[in-house]
Amino acid sequence: MNTFRYTLGVSLLAIAASAGAASAAKLTLYCSAQEDWCQLMARSFEEATGIDVNMTRKSSGETFAQVKAEASNPKGDVWWGGTGDPHLQAAEEDLTDPYISPMRSELQDWSISQAASAGDKTIGIYSGALGYGYNTDLLAANNLPEPACWKDLLKPEYKGHVQMANPNSSGTAYTTLATMVQLFGEDEGFEFMKGLHANINQYTKSGSAPIKAAGRGETTIGIVFMHDAVAQAVSGFPIKVVAPCEGTGYEIGSMSIIKGARNLEEAHKFYDWALSADAQNLALQVKAFQVPSNVNAETSPSAPDLSSIKLIDYDFKLYGSSDERKRLLQKWDEEVSTLPQ
Amino acid sequence: MRTATTEQTTHPVLIFWIIAGWVGFCILPWYGVEDGFFRFGWLFEGYPFDEDYAPGAFLIAQGRKLWLAPMLLALAAPLLVLKRRKTDPVFAVVLILSGALGFGWLIAQGFGIGIRGFNFAWLTALFGDLGDRQFGMGYGAMILASAFLFLFTQGIAARGAINGDVFVVSAIGGVIVIVGTFVFFPIAKMLTAAFITEDGGYSVGIFAAKFFDDRLWGLGCLWGARCGVAWNSLFLAILVGLLSTALGLVFALVVTRSGFRYKRALRALTVLPIITPPFVIGLALILMFGLSGSVTRFVADLLGVQPTRWLYGLPGLLIAQTLAFTPIAFLVLIGVVEGVSPSMEEAAQTLRANKWQTFRTVSLPLMRPGLANAFLLGFIESMADFGNPLVLGGNFDVLSTEIFFAIVGAQYDQGRAAVLAVVLLAFTLSAFYAQRAWLGKKSYTTVTGKGDAGVHPLMPRGLSIPVFALAAIWGGFTVIVYIMIFYGSIVELWGVNNTLTFKHYLTAFSVKLGDNGLLWTGAAWDSFWTTIYIAAVAAPLTAAVGLITAYLLTRQTFAGKNAFEFGTMLSFAIPGTVIGVSYILAFNVPPIEITGTGIILVISFIFRNMPVGVRAGIASMSQLDKSLDESSLTLGANSWQTFRRVILPLLRPAILAALVYSFVRAMTAISAVIFLVSAQYDMATSYIIGRVENNDYGLAIAYSTTLIFVMLAAVGLLQVVVGKTQIGRRTQFTAGG
Repeated sequence: MNTFRYTLGVSLLAIAASAGAASAAKLTLYCSAQEDWCQLMARSFEEATGIDVNMTRKSSGETFAQVKAEASNPKGDVWWGGTGDPHLQAAEEDLTDPYISPMRSELQDWSISQAASAGDKTIGIYSGALGYGYNTDLLAANNLPEPACWKDLLKPEYKGHVQMANPNSSGTAYTTLATMVQLFGEDEGFEFMKGLHANINQYTKSGSAPIKAAGRGETTIGIVFMHDAVAQAVSGFPIKVVAPCEGTGYEIGSMSIIKGARNLEEAHKFYDWALSADAQNLALQVKAFQVPSNVNAETSPSAPDLSSIKLIDYDFKLYGSSDERKRLLQKWDEEVSTLPQ
Repeated sequence: MRTATTEQTTHPVLIFWIIAGWVGFCILPWYGVEDGFFRFGWLFEGYPFDEDYAPGAFLIAQGRKLWLAPMLLALAAPLLVLKRRKTDPVFAVVLILSGALGFGWLIAQGFGIGIRGFNFAWLTALFGDLGDRQFGMGYGAMILASAFLFLFTQGIAARGAINGDVFVVSAIGGVIVIVGTFVFFPIAKMLTAAFITEDGGYSVGIFAAKFFDDRLWGLGCLWGARCGVAWNSLFLAILVGLLSTALGLVFALVVTRSGFRYKRALRALTVLPIITPPFVIGLALILMFGLSGSVTRFVADLLGVQPTRWLYGLPGLLIAQTLAFTPIAFLVLIGVVEGVSPSMEEAAQTLRANKWQTFRTVSLPLMRPGLANAFLLGFIESMADFGNPLVLGGNFDVLSTEIFFAIVGAQYDQGRAAVLAVVLLAFTLSAFYAQRAWLGKKSYTTVTGKGDAGVHPLMPRGLSIPVFALAAIWGGFTVIVYIMIFYGSIVELWGVNNTLTFKHYLTAFSVKLGDNGLLWTGAAWDSFWTTIYIAAVAAPLTAAVGLITAYLLTRQTFAGKNAFEFGTMLSFAIPGTVIGVSYILAFNVPPIEITGTGIILVISFIFRNMPVGVRAGIASMSQLDKSLDESSLTLGANSWQTFRRVILPLLRPAILAALVYSFVRAMTAISAVIFLVSAQYDMATSYIIGRVENNDYGLAIAYSTTLIFVMLAAVGLLQVVVGKTQIGRRTQFTAGG
């Protein structure tokens, strides 16, 4: 709101206007996690603080575009959830505000180091590692060996049994592509993708679809974030989660405060609250099995233990940049997706 | 003649719209209220001085938004002619000028000045940087715009257009403006979006690059790789159109030209897929024929072969879409097949044609309009279908899903979505034209004013055997699919754990008795009530717009009527996906900023379903003799009174048909809705797709089953009410033979 305009105007009007503007505390939350998680976070924060939350759920790409479009007149206050790349990009384009929360002492190292790399403009709230899951029934029915490594998936006996998302439409699949490039080097990474292509039965549109298909028995193996695979196993589907032996990439779900937020005070309150163990424990209620960034938050016994997984040193800055992303996707489009299967 | 003289100097309608204009300008908030107008929070937050909530007049008085000021003049001018007679030329000229200038200025300032000051570089060059900005228009602006519009139409009427009939001129003006705003404007916006480059400029090159993309037009499938999405969509739509038309004809023949006993059951069966939410059929198919489907496993065990993923891709899509769209083709064809005059067929038989010759040379050619319509409907529905390709598509990409993921996926490329939507629109419009060209100007009229007491001949034997076989197979298949759907809603985890349970219904629709009355604790209630609410708001509006348009088309003659008809029927050929994309592009930014509201859903339903209202209205209105109107007009009623008192009461069946159709469509539509829902206004179908994406099949199917029963109740209600109005009429001859 143009407060300076009021001082220029007739003083009486200014008093009336500013008196009217002081109203109940509220917060506009842009949420990029799954719908039920977003709802739960918004409602729980309302209950905890009495601040009205106006929540909009959109994917992280969409939210980034919206924040950018509204830069001259920000409508949102906090952007919570969604993979880290767009948050980092927003920090880079100065769309978000730096903030150092008193909760930092309770956070995991990876969360703090991500914040440091973005000039404190974003912070990790959860993380999830890439991996795959397989349907134990189907694997047995087809007499297939249990895969344990990325390279196992290239074996000819898995032909037509592996599913992953299309990197063009899914952030998860792009993370897979970027992980292979970092894990094996660009040339060998693309050789891996080509080999994998021969075994893929379908490139799905959405990132978590492959493991859901595996749960229903419509494919044997699905390449996804491990927490998505865990969620299927917990729902009762015959899914076994695999942390590949070579090591793997990961995402950091992030949170940022939008620059020029109208309710900055409430935004800080939400920020601190969202980093608390209590708020992060809510994830379990909606079967979100990501690893929370607060060291005191509970983790599900079925969640993958990040410390036991070999994580690569994922370069979020480089592989999150839109130029590198475009280059890799184009290369994948031209060299991999056109190959016959 | 006392009344005549008073009528000339006081103009109640004019006074009404002038007052409305002033109310819009001086009392209602000029800009859109972000938290919702009808929550009235704005009344206590600085209204009427706060910039966000102030009416236009208050803004100007404070020296802000001075570009709104010229509209004051246009609003004041009509006051000068209030005392003048309608026949006075000054009266008409002032109204036309003030209406047109006011309306024009309102639109010009809306488009010219946006959230970053001037929207066009040349305006900045001309006037310098504005240093101010504005957001989307609100109710104040909307009321004022209507006031200007109707001042203008009253001016036109005063000049003697359409016999000086204010109601008719205003109705024409109103329909043109809303169709222009909500059909043509978004489409135009989408066309321009296809040319926008990344840095905001316009370029033909970027369109060409996206348009001639290999992913769109590649012909790789001819040598083993993959074909472009455009070819996939086209191929699938043609196949589905042909198959559903053929099957629809089969059912129509069974019902009208055979001694089949259970015609009512057959008709009921054909209603089912229309009221079935999307994905449900696709889900049922997966659970029967997927890699781990019950049928697949059974057959694989029986024959000792490896089960395959044959369902995913073209075969699955073909089955699911044919299942879903055959009933639509049937409903189109049954009217036509029944309408073919038995006298013609009898004449042919009298001339010694055998049954087969009669069917081939007389009956079938006379069904051409119906066949063309049925094909067109199947074609368009298949092109727009979103749910089935999402669950069954496999690697067979089609335009509608590709468009969706261009917008919501990781690419976030609105330009590509727009280009794909343009291709989709080009396909459906070409089909629309091709249909008209194929029918040509031949006459297919066989129902004349003369009584026709003939009876349709039965099908020739050579035809009836395959027809019955097909109908039986397909009908049985449909029944099995629906039994499976119901079964899926009452098992724990379909395909994994088949214990019977009602838990999905409980999760979705449980209620608790709390301290303050009933608590709707079920997960589905929110979207369920939103859907009912939106559908209930949209249905009467759809019927109203459709019937007024139908009235204008059947009862009035005016210049440009053909273009008017084409414009109002155009949205019929626009797939829902295209509507969704174009609405996002057009109504996401000022001057009309309504994305994320319930209004945009209501509007999209109105214009998606309006052509059906128009068609229903035209059909019943052409049955009403024009002399009814004339006698009413002769007795001194004006055309509004005639429309309300004479025509409307006689249109009850058409009104109800339009109401129920738009209600049902609002509950099952997904292709446009998926782009337009928001956290606050989530619709049942998008909630269901969310459950499907989460592998929460039980809940999705339980919810869908409930919706099917809710809509069955709605359709049943219609049958009861419409049935009553038909009492006293001659019952139709049935070809019982």
